[in-house]
Amino acid sequence: MYAFQYRRAKSLSEAAEVLAKDEDARPLSGGMTLIPTLKQRLAQPTQLVDIAGLPELGGIDCRNGVLTIGAATRHADVAASKVVQDAIPALACLAAGIGDPQVRNRGTLGGSVANNDPAADYPAAVLALNAKVVTTKREIAADDFFQGMFTTALEPGELIVKIAFPLPKAAAYCKFPHPASGYAMAGVFIAQAGDGLRVAVTGAGASGVFRWAEAEQALAKGISAAAIEKLTLAADDINEDIHGTREYRAQLVKVMATRAAAALSGKK
Amino acid sequence: MAKITLKVNGEQHSAEAEDRTLLANFLRDELKLTGTHIGCDTSQCGACTVHVDGRAVKSCTMLAAQAEGCEVVTIEGLAKNGKLHPAQAAFTECHALQCGFCTPGMIMTTAALIKEHPAPTDEQIVHGLEGNLCRCTGYLNIVKAVKRAAELQKAK
Repeated sequence: MYAFQYRRAKSLSEAAEVLAKDEDARPLSGGMTLIPTLKQRLAQPTQLVDIAGLPELGGIDCRNGVLTIGAATRHADVAASKVVQDAIPALACLAAGIGDPQVRNRGTLGGSVANNDPAADYPAAVLALNAKVVTTKREIAADDFFQGMFTTALEPGELIVKIAFPLPKAAAYCKFPHPASGYAMAGVFIAQAGDGLRVAVTGAGASGVFRWAEAEQALAKGISAAAIEKLTLAADDINEDIHGTREYRAQLVKVMATRAAAALSGKK
Repeated sequence: MAKITLKVNGEQHSAEAEDRTLLANFLRDELKLTGTHIGCDTSQCGACTVHVDGRAVKSCTMLAAQAEGCEVVTIEGLAKNGKLHPAQAAFTECHALQCGFCTPGMIMTTAALIKEHPAPTDEQIVHGLEGNLCRCTGYLNIVKAVKRAAELQKAK
């Protein structure tokens, strides 16, 4: 690791101020991506501003049809939360399947969403559930938030405070995890809400998480595995790497979507 | 450099360390607690697993500064009054190791696992050990040991 200065922020405003003044400073939440990145010398920040313990970024709350989770909430706490399990069980289940236990004990919701790793699980939930990303400056709709691989609408120094998930009627998430890392080779989150049905795909898109429009249209007429089985996902915009070709991943997306649809139709 | 103060295995410790010092290195180099092993140094293998405020974490993927004010338990702190922790006793009894390099991390993860799941199923064990790798592939006995550790914990 290159040398940097570590500082534990005492408040969200202090953290935002430090980050605004120093463009090479970086916020540190759980550090499950940032620390490995630093260890490989792929980044050289001047300062790390630790925001993980800030009370403003904590809390899980469900009221008026919206589940709100603080950005610094750890995956293990989302998974174990009775509030989340009751409100959106698919989200608790997703959190329980991220990485491994040690990663879930450190990694945070806000960190994962801000990083927008193309194979991370949370972006699929945020996009499918049509969540709002509440930052230190504004509220950003999920459709506007994710802007490509590792790219989001966040401006320098802007921090995610919490994420507000409108409660769906039903939701399901299925992923094919990479056997070593647990990252999604393909992950599909389907959420059915009063104002429509959304299908978000992670792990596969060449530009990160995306909505699969054809699947949304097919399922809008009735949720069934058969509705997905008729579809073909074009492989053109699918990611290809040593773990799988784009055609293989496109097929995995379809299989995961079929499973998620089956889980959802079984629940109804 | 900054002074880092934290509680390790019940004792308060303070030491100077660079801000970029990892908790694993701090424990090993400053506090001379070399039971915590660094295996892969890339957050994969879990040999460096310790408990921070009661939770299993990979100490190679956490800065010592992040643990300021926290309670850390390492493999050296598991046995109490000369009596092995159920996880340690079970790993010995089931011979859940070959070379033993991954064992401190396996045991720390097991100790956390049986606290969360006092009677773990095979699936919970396999899922719970996903963050720990054994290059000797001694997993069969490791899974047995986790079950045995849960039994020993219950009998305590």
